[in-house]
Amino acid sequence: MSTVVIVYVLLAVVLAASLIKSRDKTKAAFVFAWKALLKTAPALLGMLGIVGLTLGLLPPETIQKLLGEEAGFAATLIASVIGAITLIPSLIAFPLAGSLLRSGATVMTISAFITTLVMVGVVTAPMEMKTLGRKFTLLRNGLGFLSALVIAGIMGVLL
Amino acid sequence: MKKRAGKVILPIGILLIYAVLAIWLPEAAERSLKVTLDYALEILLIVPLVFLLMGLMEVWIPKDKVRQWLGKGSGVKGAVISVLMGTLPTGPLYVAFPMAAGLIRKGAGIVNMVLFLGAWAALKIPQLITEIKFMGLPFALTRFILTLAALLLTGLIMEAFLRRHPDKAWLVSSAAESNKNGSNP
Repeated sequence: MSTVVIVYVLLAVVLAASLIKSRDKTKAAFVFAWKALLKTAPALLGMLGIVGLTLGLLPPETIQKLLGEEAGFAATLIASVIGAITLIPSLIAFPLAGSLLRSGATVMTISAFITTLVMVGVVTAPMEMKTLGRKFTLLRNGLGFLSALVIAGIMGVLL
Repeated sequence: MKKRAGKVILPIGILLIYAVLAIWLPEAAERSLKVTLDYALEILLIVPLVFLLMGLMEVWIPKDKVRQWLGKGSGVKGAVISVLMGTLPTGPLYVAFPMAAGLIRKGAGIVNMVLFLGAWAALKIPQLITEIKFMGLPFALTRFILTLAALLLTGLIMEAFLRRHPDKAWLVSSAAESNKNGSNP
């Protein structure tokens, strides 16, 4: 909660500075923000519904069984594959991941999901290959996937 | 119009599931609805923050400037600039691909581009705010540091590999160029 307050204060300062420097640009920033919000809104609402269904229908015990200690490394691996394939906005992914964590999922599995989600892009790979080459893309995403697993392992031990 | 219709299908579908649940399993529907509302409130709290920040960055950090700064950067300074430039602008990752390709052609090193793309995808500032809010500061901080280290390592491996096994002619020529221009501009 306190972090949110601090960041809002910072935002207010930046916003004031922006207003002083240029009224038009600040207005453009608001327009851009509003358009981006409208673009994300349907997916955001839909995913909110999915989060609600997931947590409303699956009791914590089930989540624990699927993503907790007893699920072991297989769950971590599956989570990382799901993270690599899907393209979920972070505004949705983090609340879901946070709630799964609180419901009994392991840090390792959740961080594997988060890390591959942001580091590996199977969906964007064709575009990446076209602009940066096949080898670059395969190496970047392959190494990204491996490091995501290592990062998840380390985070599981640390946190 | 068609595109918009496709986007609305997901929320409507979810709404239908809720309706069916409300008839067959009212208790589960109520529980799900409560969770949804709780999360909606929490997300609502940071939505203005995240999107306004995106808007301000979009307006004040011109993407062609990013290209300029990154193209010149090299060494540790270049790496730092690459990370910073990746965390600041907004937009999906596929916007960054052509930028990175252009920069490689202009002489930016592979390490820097891996850092740039990685930061763009994994270390965005609005994203970090969301992460801190829902996952806690220790989680976000640990992931940030480890990701940065992993990106650096990935970049170094890729630089070494692509130099020996070049992919495209322009990629190797520009990589060699960036090695020669090791010093700061």
